[in-house]
Amino acid sequence: MRRLLRWLNERLELQDSLVPLVDHPVPRELGSRVGWFYVFGSVTLALFIVQVVTGVALAMTYVPAPISAYDSLRFITDDAVLGRLVRGIHYWGAAAMVILVLVHMTQVFLFGAHRYPRELNWMSGSILLLLTLAMAFTGQLLRWDQDAYWAVVVAAEQVGRVPLIGDLMAHVVVAGNDVGGATLTRFFATHVFLIPALIFGLIGVHLYLVVKRGISEPPKPGQGVDRATYKERYEAVLAQGIPFYPEVVWRDVVVAFGAVAIVVALAATVGPVALGQPPDPTVILADPRPDWYFLGYFALLALIPPDAETVVIVLLPLLAFAFLFLLPLARPFGERHWSRRPGAVAVVAIPFIAYVALIVAGEQSPWSPILTRTASLPPAVTAGLDAQQRRGADLFLSKGCWSCHMIDGSGGRKGPDLSRIAARQSPDRIVQRILSGGGGNMPSYAATISPQDLADLTAFLETRR
Amino acid sequence: MTRRALLERGIAALTGLMALIVGLPIIGYLLGPLIKPTPLQYVDVGAVDRFPVGQTTLVKFHDPSPLPWAGQLADTALWVRRREASGPNAFQVFSVHCTHLGCPVNWRPGAGIFECPCHGGVFYEDGTVAGGPPRRPLFQLRWRVAGTHLEIESAPLPTVQSKA
Repeated sequence: MRRLLRWLNERLELQDSLVPLVDHPVPRELGSRVGWFYVFGSVTLALFIVQVVTGVALAMTYVPAPISAYDSLRFITDDAVLGRLVRGIHYWGAAAMVILVLVHMTQVFLFGAHRYPRELNWMSGSILLLLTLAMAFTGQLLRWDQDAYWAVVVAAEQVGRVPLIGDLMAHVVVAGNDVGGATLTRFFATHVFLIPALIFGLIGVHLYLVVKRGISEPPKPGQGVDRATYKERYEAVLAQGIPFYPEVVWRDVVVAFGAVAIVVALAATVGPVALGQPPDPTVILADPRPDWYFLGYFALLALIPPDAETVVIVLLPLLAFAFLFLLPLARPFGERHWSRRPGAVAVVAIPFIAYVALIVAGEQSPWSPILTRTASLPPAVTAGLDAQQRRGADLFLSKGCWSCHMIDGSGGRKGPDLSRIAARQSPDRIVQRILSGGGGNMPSYAATISPQDLADLTAFLETRR
Repeated sequence: MTRRALLERGIAALTGLMALIVGLPIIGYLLGPLIKPTPLQYVDVGAVDRFPVGQTTLVKFHDPSPLPWAGQLADTALWVRRREASGPNAFQVFSVHCTHLGCPVNWRPGAGIFECPCHGGVFYEDGTVAGGPPRRPLFQLRWRVAGTHLEIESAPLPTVQSKA
């Protein structure tokens, strides 16, 4: 054994490559409790490895052709030995990776570690964030159920908003005239070859920079980064430093274990996200929703003024990425501690709160008419109505009013709640509103409702006071 | 030019050339669907009598020349509205894709409107916008009556930049 190691080392000479990498000194404080803040990059890396391993395993069974993709996923989920668990780990691992990348970036930013001389660490990291989101999106498509099919359509429509070449680009995205036989294989190759290759390469760059530039020392209020003195000061910090392995990295391993254990536990108990209906373009009674990390964006597109859409769809993502990417170049020097950077705290907190609010809004989708559930009113609403009012209540359901308007807790939330409408509006105003529509969302029913139906419907609404 | 400079340029030029002779075909291959688009064609969707005047019906048909592994994706759905018994305005054929972001619009016969489940777009019977985020009417497809049958021109996925 000893001889084998000596033989290997004579050829590999690890004492001047891997050994210094593992042993490289890091600031002494990381050996104390503040070290817990420095674990998130390693945890993200651990989750990425989990994604690679489970992804390769899934690819051994998944058939990336539209005619069989859905069935092969059914097989993985329902029949394959441990298939449900492996798919579950891949699903929850993806969610965990999105979260951990964001947590890692937040920590780096609030600790001012993106400043000189580590700007490139941040910039390579922001591309890694972009690639992680691209993996999340393309991965969700490979599920190839109804939601996935419509997500491809919506993605193509969004690309189609790009001025001048949008239509062309949309058809490059779907690889043809329409989402068809050529589309899925492209997303598959992108998800399993192209983006992972880029991620591997960039992780290499990122880790090289982490070692080369050194892990940043925990910031102290008032002690900023100064071009003239920083490198010298940091060298002094490292001279007092402690080796990365095992003094510091044990915390990384503990938290990484916790994260992976949670992912596996969720996969074993909750399981992967359920497969939806098969991707049949002729089944149009669909209710497409993206996975949770894109639900906020989905909500945003319903809530912004329609005239601002092209700007939000095309420019906002570009500007957001440019902002992230170029952030360290804007102010490479100066204060690092978050307590002296209220603007930095706001830059983290405001988008975070806004996006969580948007996810909640997307979950509820109050702007969507209810199409997939059978319309009905609570018995208390229809009790004691006379014949005309009862006909009106039936019309309220059959004419589609219920899809958008709620009465006593039943119905859509797109339009105003009509539980007490007669107390707010005169019969004339109600009739006028039904006939002419308005308010940006209410269609006009003048051409489609008979005078008798209108009278019955109004009679019913008059009972709501 | 020194020997060193010559070698440096030669190395750069040959490396670049290698990338070019492999890279260009790859780019062309990936843009293939645009360079050699599938031709559009009229598809028979059934007898004209199938569509009662005054009604809007969902029509499903199979792409006559799909890739063999396309499976269900070779199927397409369209809304066909029969306005009159005959003449140039007899039919209106709508794409099921909402003009906002492409989700499938649903015809509600009772209400006489199309509704979109994603962001709440609403369209009237004739395809014009009734409410919600969409800014342009439903996409329409070309149709013709051949003998007693209705034929519809299969069209690419419409985007906001589509002409129709």
